[in-house]
Amino acid sequence: MTAAQTATAALPTRFAGARRFARAFRGRPSGVAGLVILIAFSVLALAAPLFIGDEQLDVTKVDGPLLAPPSADYPLGTDQSGRSVLLLLIWGSRESLRIGVIATVLTVVFGSAVGIIAGHYGGFVGRILMQVTDWFIALPSLPLAISLAAVLGQGSMSITIAIAVTSWTATARLVRAQTLAVEARPFVERARALGAGDRQIMTQQVLPNVMPLILVSSTLTVAGSLLSEATLTFLGLGNPADVTWGEMLHEAFFGGAFTAGAWWFLVPPGLAILAVVLAFTLTGRAVEYVLDPRMEKK
Amino acid sequence: MSSRPALAEPQSAEATEAAKAPAQDRTERRTSRLPRPGYLLTKLAAAVVSFAVTLVIGFVLFNLMPADPVRTMTRGRPVSEAELIRLRVQLGLDKPIWERFLDFVNDTLHGNLGYSWEYQQSVASLTMHRLGPTLLLMGTSFVISVLLGLWLGLRSGWRAGSLFDRITSATALTLWSVPTFWLGMILLIVFSVGVGPFHGFLPTAGMSDPTLPQTGMTHWLDVAEHLVLPALTMVLVVYAQYVTIMRSSIIEELGSPYLLTARAKGLTDAAVRRRHALPNALLPSVTMIFMHLGTLISGAVTVEAIFSWPGLGDLTFEALKIPDLPLLQGTFIVFSASVILMNLLADLAYRFLDPRVRDQ
Repeated sequence: MTAAQTATAALPTRFAGARRFARAFRGRPSGVAGLVILIAFSVLALAAPLFIGDEQLDVTKVDGPLLAPPSADYPLGTDQSGRSVLLLLIWGSRESLRIGVIATVLTVVFGSAVGIIAGHYGGFVGRILMQVTDWFIALPSLPLAISLAAVLGQGSMSITIAIAVTSWTATARLVRAQTLAVEARPFVERARALGAGDRQIMTQQVLPNVMPLILVSSTLTVAGSLLSEATLTFLGLGNPADVTWGEMLHEAFFGGAFTAGAWWFLVPPGLAILAVVLAFTLTGRAVEYVLDPRMEKK
Repeated sequence: MSSRPALAEPQSAEATEAAKAPAQDRTERRTSRLPRPGYLLTKLAAAVVSFAVTLVIGFVLFNLMPADPVRTMTRGRPVSEAELIRLRVQLGLDKPIWERFLDFVNDTLHGNLGYSWEYQQSVASLTMHRLGPTLLLMGTSFVISVLLGLWLGLRSGWRAGSLFDRITSATALTLWSVPTFWLGMILLIVFSVGVGPFHGFLPTAGMSDPTLPQTGMTHWLDVAEHLVLPALTMVLVVYAQYVTIMRSSIIEELGSPYLLTARAKGLTDAAVRRRHALPNALLPSVTMIFMHLGTLISGAVTVEAIFSWPGLGDLTFEALKIPDLPLLQGTFIVFSASVILMNLLADLAYRFLDPRVRDQ
């Protein structure tokens, strides 16, 4: 479920490799801290429906004080409709993480496919694909994402698509470079000599060897996607009925909590985004460090 | 994506890679102090093609994808069928797609970016008015963050693993993970609005105080005062990328024999660092700095929106609320053009700066 665990599964010598990996990973305290934060947030997000219901989230059903500072009943205060900020924060993690993860899956799948194909078929196809990638890299990503989401209409769907369209290029380049390196190794030549076709080489030989790199880059992509999601939602491209961290900040800033000096509505969502983005980045870096053979020697 | 220049890590890795590539294929390059004309032409042609692709994407995005612009335009008020048809003809929506595309390209090349629905003004003049403030904000924060980032990166890379290095890297990574707009809000609430007993003292919005005279020294001081918070927000989020790249390129230089030679000559540590290691480690950073110049103009959308800074980003944000498609299209084209132009400059500057590429 987390990248670290799946990455271990992709290592060639399965169990010995996994144990070695876990030992090396434990040696990186920042990575362990990141992983713990991620697990905590995931558990909270998954368990949220057990203790948060409609009566705490529906603005017409809540009865808390409006925009009240933190108190015993409301540890993080309330928003301008009288909802508990703490509960909104927990509930918001669901949609924020969901958009971040789905956008990342789209990005990684598409980017990896382009990268592997471009790397495998050198010549004409590869050049065209990399040219297209370069054109997309040259486009300013935030304005493009804003335009896309504006044209597609408000909502998490268009935000997800906008993020994927603007972030697949980095994965594509990375995977292409790795594909070229893998294809130069003798076992690919052996497979080809034994009669493997293009598709078989790409899926059976190249993909498993590129996988660890893809997983590392996807933890970093999730971090970026979460930030982009928060940014686009904050700018008003999200569905106002959804509860996400970006949407909370949008309401806090444009809905009057900010001018009222209600810091308790502003601070928690931002800190939550910061914590999760940082956790993904730290975990990704630790995995990258552990998997990098050059690093291991030092 | 870069409100931030959103993904610092992969980008910086790429930048280093890009920076090294030209040095590797230097055997193919011929000698001359200036880039060869053929090289210039190739780069120029690539930039033109890039811009053409941008135009196609912009056309598809804003002219083909929206269901019916006329409906969006007239949303919320009753219109007759005849009125709708008249509007479509007026906007040229009755023509075939290829003809509309050629019209669009022709208009764009002549500097005609359409007519804003919201402001009832030409998009070209709107964007031109907003360009100055954006350049001021982004230029200021760019210079500060580059200097700060390179200095911190140099110091922490030189003593990699030291306490200073650990603190610098951890701070940079944390600030990089902060949503730009949130950091802006926090700075705004602390320094402008005030929290608890602490009274804010900096202006909350805009670029100048309309009650003060709009010329002379007082005006510029007023603008500078308004500039503090937005620029600080941008610097805090952006400088981390320069720290990262400078740190890793200085670490790569650390083991080089020429540094040993410099030390053997009896130079002090500071002199070795400044006169020998720095110039070599600067190259990848310079490439990345130029790559960032492109995203500079488009990087401030959220910051400008938060601080109501009257630049292109704020204009984009205003257009987004409606949504005012011609205006969004205009800012998209201006942003893209600036990225392409800056990348072209980066390419040329790099050829000129790297002696290994320049004097073969």
